[in-house]
Amino acid sequence: MTRTARLLMFAVAGGLVAALLVLGVLDLPDFGASDHPYRDAAVPAAVLHKTSNVISSINFDLRALDTLGEETILLASVIGVTVLLRPASDEHEHESISGSGRLLDSTKLMGYVFLPITLMIGFLTIAHGAVTPGGGFQGGVVLGTGIHLLYVAGSYRALERARPVGVAELGEAIGAGAFACVGIAGALAAGAFLVNSLPLGAFGDLFSSGTVLLLSCAVGIEVASGVVVLLAQFLHQTVEVTEEHGQ
Amino acid sequence: MNALIVITLTLVAVGAVAVVLSDDPARQAVTLSVYGLLLAGLFMTLSAPDVALSQIGVGTAIVPLMVMLAVRKIRDRR
Repeated sequence: MTRTARLLMFAVAGGLVAALLVLGVLDLPDFGASDHPYRDAAVPAAVLHKTSNVISSINFDLRALDTLGEETILLASVIGVTVLLRPASDEHEHESISGSGRLLDSTKLMGYVFLPITLMIGFLTIAHGAVTPGGGFQGGVVLGTGIHLLYVAGSYRALERARPVGVAELGEAIGAGAFACVGIAGALAAGAFLVNSLPLGAFGDLFSSGTVLLLSCAVGIEVASGVVVLLAQFLHQTVEVTEEHGQ
Repeated sequence: MNALIVITLTLVAVGAVAVVLSDDPARQAVTLSVYGLLLAGLFMTLSAPDVALSQIGVGTAIVPLMVMLAVRKIRDRR
């Protein structure tokens, strides 16, 4: 195909997409308008299930099936990355050389100071997912990345000891499996997959909202483990794998 | 639309242009990280703290980190 033909094709397709976008935006409700049909339906449903964080109620209760799909996508991506980044036949693994490179003492200090704080914020975000903003996904990401402050603080060895990848792989599977098991338990107990059939507790309490808290914890375990496995593949390739003829 | 929304929206637009105009992927990872923070600020002013938290975790921490590690690996091969 010639350059002009390609440009012509792009102009036609790009013009159509742009026209559709403009039409779609013109049809949107006004910015900041007070008419929100979805809010009017979701907020009473969340209050009915004693979930003060409406977003968590939508993610883990009203549309928990969507979240199960998203967790499966995450699991599949992590498996894909693990397969793609495994050492190839012309690469070889070696022990990481620790202590190489310069590291500012202030960087080291900040890494060790923020490590416990970050991990605690991660745990709190997961545990309070049903009550305050956040939940399994956000807390899991904080936990999974927070542990890498150990690497930032200068020790790949310490990071390797603190986060055994084998355990994280197990956590990934257990988290995803626990989500499905809570769903099946709901089906057995109350007749519908992922139905919120646990005692709901009092509005705003830590132990409220029934299955929302359980599912938030399951997602937290899966996401934290998934992030650890994902970054471990990248770190392993960068720090410990070299091409044979490249040396 | 109040002043805070106008300010954060403008910052997001400026940040996005900065990301697009960064040539070197390693530098782009840093501008992308800053852009993620600006976007999280916009989400906060639009009363979406849950989305802001996800944005900070994924857009500011994980994605730039993966880009940096990939860039380092590619540089080592050359």
